[in-house]
Amino acid sequence: MKTFAMGGVHPEENKISTAAVIEEFPLPKTVAILMNQHLGAPATPCVAKGDKVKVGQLIGKAEAFMCANVHSPFSGTVAKIDTCKDAFGLAKPAIYITVEGDEWEESIDRTPDIKRECSLEPKEIVDKLKEMGVVGLGGATFPTHIKYSIAPDKKAEYLIINAVECEPYLTSDHRVMMEHAEEICIGVSILRKALGVPNAYIGIENNKPEPIAVMKAMAAKFEGIIVEPLKVKYPQGAEKQLINAITGRCVPSGKLPIDVGCVVSNVGTSYAVYEAIQKNKPLIENILTVTGKKLESQHNYHVRFGTTYNEIIAHAMGTLPETTGKVISGGPMMGKAVSNLDGPTTKGASSVLVIDESEATRAEESNCIRCGKCMNACPMGLEPYLFSALVKNRRIEEAGAHNILDCIECGCCFFSCPANKPLLDEIRLGKNLYRGILMAKKK
Amino acid sequence: MKLLNVSGSPHVHSDESTKKIMWRVNLALVPALIVAIAYFGLNALLISIVSVGSCILFQWLIEKFILKTKSTICDGSAVVTGLLLAFNVPATREMILLVIIAALVAIGIGKMSFGGLGKNPFNPALVGRVFMLISFPVQMTTWPKPNFNGEFFSIASTPTTDITTGATPLGLFKEGGLEAVPDIWHYFIGHMGGSLGEVSALAILIGAIYLLCRRIISWHIPVTFIGTAFIFSGILWLCDKTAFLDPVTTILTGGIMLGACFMATDMVTSPMTKAGQLIFGFGCGLLTIIIRNWGNYPEGVSFAILLMNAVTPLLNRWFKPKRFAV
Repeated sequence: MKTFAMGGVHPEENKISTAAVIEEFPLPKTVAILMNQHLGAPATPCVAKGDKVKVGQLIGKAEAFMCANVHSPFSGTVAKIDTCKDAFGLAKPAIYITVEGDEWEESIDRTPDIKRECSLEPKEIVDKLKEMGVVGLGGATFPTHIKYSIAPDKKAEYLIINAVECEPYLTSDHRVMMEHAEEICIGVSILRKALGVPNAYIGIENNKPEPIAVMKAMAAKFEGIIVEPLKVKYPQGAEKQLINAITGRCVPSGKLPIDVGCVVSNVGTSYAVYEAIQKNKPLIENILTVTGKKLESQHNYHVRFGTTYNEIIAHAMGTLPETTGKVISGGPMMGKAVSNLDGPTTKGASSVLVIDESEATRAEESNCIRCGKCMNACPMGLEPYLFSALVKNRRIEEAGAHNILDCIECGCCFFSCPANKPLLDEIRLGKNLYRGILMAKKK
Repeated sequence: MKLLNVSGSPHVHSDESTKKIMWRVNLALVPALIVAIAYFGLNALLISIVSVGSCILFQWLIEKFILKTKSTICDGSAVVTGLLLAFNVPATREMILLVIIAALVAIGIGKMSFGGLGKNPFNPALVGRVFMLISFPVQMTTWPKPNFNGEFFSIASTPTTDITTGATPLGLFKEGGLEAVPDIWHYFIGHMGGSLGEVSALAILIGAIYLLCRRIISWHIPVTFIGTAFIFSGILWLCDKTAFLDPVTTILTGGIMLGACFMATDMVTSPMTKAGQLIFGFGCGLLTIIIRNWGNYPEGVSFAILLMNAVTPLLNRWFKPKRFAV
């Protein structure tokens, strides 16, 4: 069975919410829709205070190159345009909406019928993705239309769909494959057409036998879709590692997947693509896993962006369990700890993970014993222990010379360190400082 | 409302810890300890207890009164040093007290003077042993004969305090007194003179296999160490069978097995990459045979490993892991 070449770890899987069918999440009363829910510049608000908006109406327009449109996930009245603290405590430009009813734009097809035919040309597909504000739902929220606008000197050979879901706990990809296999395959066919590649490969880790069976059966009805079961190993869902696992190719340092002829999209993105292209539905909601070992019930919800973490918690479990130590947006390996539960969810949110206090604090750090576990676990073949020492002593340029910027921040080093050294914290700091040095040198 | 924790990812950790690693190494040393007690009796037990006890005590005292840091004696590393130190001395009555000095040197100079576990460039137990070898040459080379008559793992019936002194096969060979035909099986199970824990290759290998399975050590250092010693001594032996010891006896006698499996593999003082470890093992094997044949001491494992310890930072610098897509 295929997997990536070097490094990697196998954290406890804890996929306890796989059986939880996707539920619709109720509408909140007031919401704040952030203008930068994606990688790049924030969108520019194109509504004013007092305006009535409908579900799916464009409210933030992408004006910069690296930007994505933002649509209203709710109908109601624009209360104000101001900044809003996001879930991680950073103030972001936002449009506040007082929710009134649930009135959708007429152009959106809300029928359950599956629309299979797509007559759009590749260019039209990419333009429509841009219009619908589709971004990658794997976590990085890279605007999809930019990814699929291939530069004339580059050529795509492989389309890879990331359904690996290598993060422990998360099950939203699992559920979307179980419940929307056909829509996903239509979305993948559309993306394949946009790129003009013969085959699309859907990579799924072998710990998800049911989605593999469902997707294999569905893919057989489509042309050029191949389901590729992969050996369970974290971080298989990292772009470079997934390309390596499926094609054997390696994206060189500082290069993009397209440089080796690959384009990678998340399985959730391909579902969003189906809805955007076939149903005219902009990206206004996503599937969120609400899970935790100590929770009485596990959930997967269709949550519209702008719903706050507190509202999700209140609906799913009433109040957080007494012994909650941490709430994470995303998986436990790469997700971010939520510091402001009143912050709204965004296009990048994939879960609300409730961690018990027994697992929420780091064990005490001790001396590095040079065991080399961090080095062996690093999927990029780097030396985390060395970065840690160099960054601590502010020898940033040396860390740069040892390719600190190649780090994908997967966390395997910190995960496997027997001395509990916060290796990734130091590497992140080092990366930022080194980027600063490079910027200063450019000037 | 109760405050939540916020920290950078990852938010989960493997169940590995330094403490676990060290206690597993201690567990892996138990077979050799049992054999040592079976062969050398009460002396071996007392030396081990005194050695481990004084290593723990010195570490605690140094951390409490000199470094004024939090005590780390629970991490088990002082016990590893203590056991290895005991394994590296002859099981004579004098050693029961002399090993306290060795422990002070091993822990005080070998480990704590550099800042404790992880910061020491040399294997602390070997620092202690070499100090003893140079300071107390007579006591350190007076070997008791193992008081054991063939049955494996049965405690000897003769009184353990009356151990007659004998020489190690290596010492005998250096003086030209080794019998022509070596008894490989006796050497393998450890029926020969030697330091407390080094005699039985079998017991050491059992421990080493456990460490390999637990992935605390990798095969690279032990295999290249023993392999190089075997091949190099084999070449010498083929050149002149009277002047050099045969390769099988070479690797089964003296400290090669203990050194290769437990001391050269010390994480702190050995290289981190596989390539570096191969060079490290090769260097240890080569130096051991050179010292054994052309040096003043009949045994060269300790010196060989310490010399290679000194090269480790360079090996870490020269041999980098293979990078992704390079």
